[in-house]
Amino acid sequence: MKLKLLNPGLEDRILSHDELERLEVEEAGDRPKWDNKAQYMLTCVGFCVGLGNVWRFPYLCQSHGGGAFMIPFLILLVFEGIPLLHLEFAIGQRLRKGSVGVWRTINPYMLGVGIASMCVSFLVSLYYNTIIAWVMWYFFNSFQEPLPWSQCPINANRTGLVSECERSSPVDYFWYRETLNTSVAIDETGGLQWWMILCLISAWGVLYVCCIRGIETTGKAVYVTSTLPYVVLTIFLIRGLTLKGSVDGIKFLFTPDLNELANPSTWLDAGAQVFYSFSLAFGGLISFSSYNSVHNNCEQDAVIISIINAFTSIYAATVIYSIIGFRATERFDDCLSGNILTLLNTFDLPEGNITQSNYQEVLHSLNSTNPDIISNLHLKTCDLNSFLSEGVEGTGLAFIVFTEAITKMPLSPLWSVLFFIMLFCLGLSSMFGNIEGVLVPLQDLKVFPKSWPKEVISGVTCLVCCLVGLIFVQGSGNYWLALFDSFAGSIPLLIVAFSEMIGVVYVYGIDRFNEDMIFMIGHKPNIFWQATWRVISPLIMLAIFIFYFSTIVTKEIFYIAWDPESENFPTLEKKPYPSWIYVIIFLLAGIPSLSVPGTAVFRAIREYCCKKHPSTITCLQIKNNNNTITEEFVGQNL
Amino acid sequence: MLAGVLLLIFLPPLVAKDLCKDSQDGFKVRLSIKTALGDDAYEWNESEMFLFRSTLAYAMRKQTKQDTYNITNILVCNDTQRVSFVFVVTSPDDPDQLIPKEQIEQAVRQNKHRINNAFLLSDMTLEFVGIPPTLAAPIIYDTEPWLIVFGVVIGAVAVGIVALLMSTVSKKRRAKEKAAGLSEEDEGIVKENGTALSGLGGKEGVYNQTFSNDNRFTEL
Repeated sequence: MKLKLLNPGLEDRILSHDELERLEVEEAGDRPKWDNKAQYMLTCVGFCVGLGNVWRFPYLCQSHGGGAFMIPFLILLVFEGIPLLHLEFAIGQRLRKGSVGVWRTINPYMLGVGIASMCVSFLVSLYYNTIIAWVMWYFFNSFQEPLPWSQCPINANRTGLVSECERSSPVDYFWYRETLNTSVAIDETGGLQWWMILCLISAWGVLYVCCIRGIETTGKAVYVTSTLPYVVLTIFLIRGLTLKGSVDGIKFLFTPDLNELANPSTWLDAGAQVFYSFSLAFGGLISFSSYNSVHNNCEQDAVIISIINAFTSIYAATVIYSIIGFRATERFDDCLSGNILTLLNTFDLPEGNITQSNYQEVLHSLNSTNPDIISNLHLKTCDLNSFLSEGVEGTGLAFIVFTEAITKMPLSPLWSVLFFIMLFCLGLSSMFGNIEGVLVPLQDLKVFPKSWPKEVISGVTCLVCCLVGLIFVQGSGNYWLALFDSFAGSIPLLIVAFSEMIGVVYVYGIDRFNEDMIFMIGHKPNIFWQATWRVISPLIMLAIFIFYFSTIVTKEIFYIAWDPESENFPTLEKKPYPSWIYVIIFLLAGIPSLSVPGTAVFRAIREYCCKKHPSTITCLQIKNNNNTITEEFVGQNL
Repeated sequence: MLAGVLLLIFLPPLVAKDLCKDSQDGFKVRLSIKTALGDDAYEWNESEMFLFRSTLAYAMRKQTKQDTYNITNILVCNDTQRVSFVFVVTSPDDPDQLIPKEQIEQAVRQNKHRINNAFLLSDMTLEFVGIPPTLAAPIIYDTEPWLIVFGVVIGAVAVGIVALLMSTVSKKRRAKEKAAGLSEEDEGIVKENGTALSGLGGKEGVYNQTFSNDNRFTEL
């Protein structure tokens, strides 16, 4: 007995199979289309493969037991990622609308799901493009030798290096001071940083050029933005493998620790990574697949894109850790050489007496003969594993650890330029999907007048996003970005994805969906798809949501700040959020999440009021709107 | 007599050693030749020490602008295997008087570059303990390089936007012209009264009912 919720009027809202066939054959309808299948695949791959594959997955892999992490990752990929992906592709291809249109069609009370997707896409676009602005800043600064983050600047009276830089490191200083000019707390705005405003404008400008006519222009841009990262990753792999210590890094990454599999947080992190890495629930994928021909094999596409995404994650992790291995070895060598030099200088021993190989024995013998002198020297402990497990993720990995590694390579500006071009392409191709998830719902909701051309709509949207994004270029911008990343891009997506599955399987009806699949791809989806769509994937989503929600609500949330006056400087200091931030958090996470039930309630109230007083102006307008929608459908049939 | 002569011979070095060892005006020098040159490292011997003393004498000459400084004014002691030693500088006028530390420091700082080059070493590998190396002047650009790259990128973006907008505008204009019937091709010029229809302002001609096939109502 299959559960199916009541859904009256569904047939009136959707195109029947015959109508779809006719639309396909006559090529009627003004919906944009992909020039060829390659454009569609590259766009989807570009949307899915983003910065997270490069700087989140390697960290998770290494911190959750290396090679053993592959097991939960691949299992959850198969049971969570691929079914959801297939679902979004199929429903977009069938209903031929963007996310808002699809959910409104399935049931007008589910409009909230589309609106939630749009809100999340908007919030994520804001801060994601700021990261691209940072990448562009580093890219602009890579065209000089020596790189500006390779050495500390000299202070004002030319007596020494700048104190903040001397106490931390040149890369930290360049990131926190010369790039972000970060303030010490989130409540101190620190003013707008003009150089970052320029970079933000250039980031939105490039995005506007690529999205100006929708997929007509993005379809051309993805030929470069989706393929270039792979080329650069390969170049870095070859370069990395020729560096000393790279193999140690790769070994460290993949050394399996099967005990981690017993840790539930490993599975939850794997599930979250699979989910966010696929850019599900943003609405962009539904949009992209709605431009496909109706008989496109979405099942095959979903499997191919999932495999490519997983492969890219693993490939990027290998490359990143080969470079991290190199950096860790360099640091270890420097640390050891420093200690050796101190010992040589203190005891006036000839050079070459102490080497890396006999360091321990010599230290031991010296310690037994002169223990007081040795203890006064404060020799640093040099441990390669501790350098390797300086587990960094996110912006820290790209802008601090990797840039430091690049300064140690010969021909640093070249590697820097290549690296930041790769990050730029990865980010830009994901932004295409995000912007699609904002623009198409705006058009569906008729926010802009119909007479406005596409160029103006995308221009206005980019301009508004750029202006709102100025929050992130002030002194405290980095903290705001971390806030948005943790709250706007996490909980609401899980709610939307769960609602999507329930909506398609139980409101649209799995029977009707299966018939649609037979019509579109020629065969009924097999038992694997049925089981995952109906039971397994929604349960996994629910589990991840419950875990995330309980963690956030119970734990005290704090942020890490760069405070030169703190005691543990240069370690980042944990600070609690001020109380008014909780309002912001509620707005960020709450508004998209609550719009899912909220819109349904709002609509229900409106319908009820209209039933009671059918002659009010709003009710007449709504009736008129509903008739126009039906007329549009009728018109498409001709 | 012999004792006196012997004392005279051995006294200066003994006195010299005392001057060097106990002095407050001496500097410790450390050389890391193997670190700097690796396989091309030269061996530290008496000749190299001779060179060092002469470069220091040269530095003192340059700084004080007195040509009286000689290699005998540079006294060295505490030679170690590390290749580190202490040196002091005696005044050329009075061998028992030492030149104060600050003057030696100035002399070394001004001529560090020459001293380094004499030994193929750098500030890191030829250390004068207590004399920090002078920092290199920061590179000052006329235009920051990042602004140049930014300008190029923004220029390309602007050109792209303008080109795309122009192509949309011209596409729309062409579509409008076609719709209004201002076709550029003449589909057969029908001559009427010796004049070409194209002379009628480019329109598709006037519909003349005499030549129409609409004769259903006139057929018998």
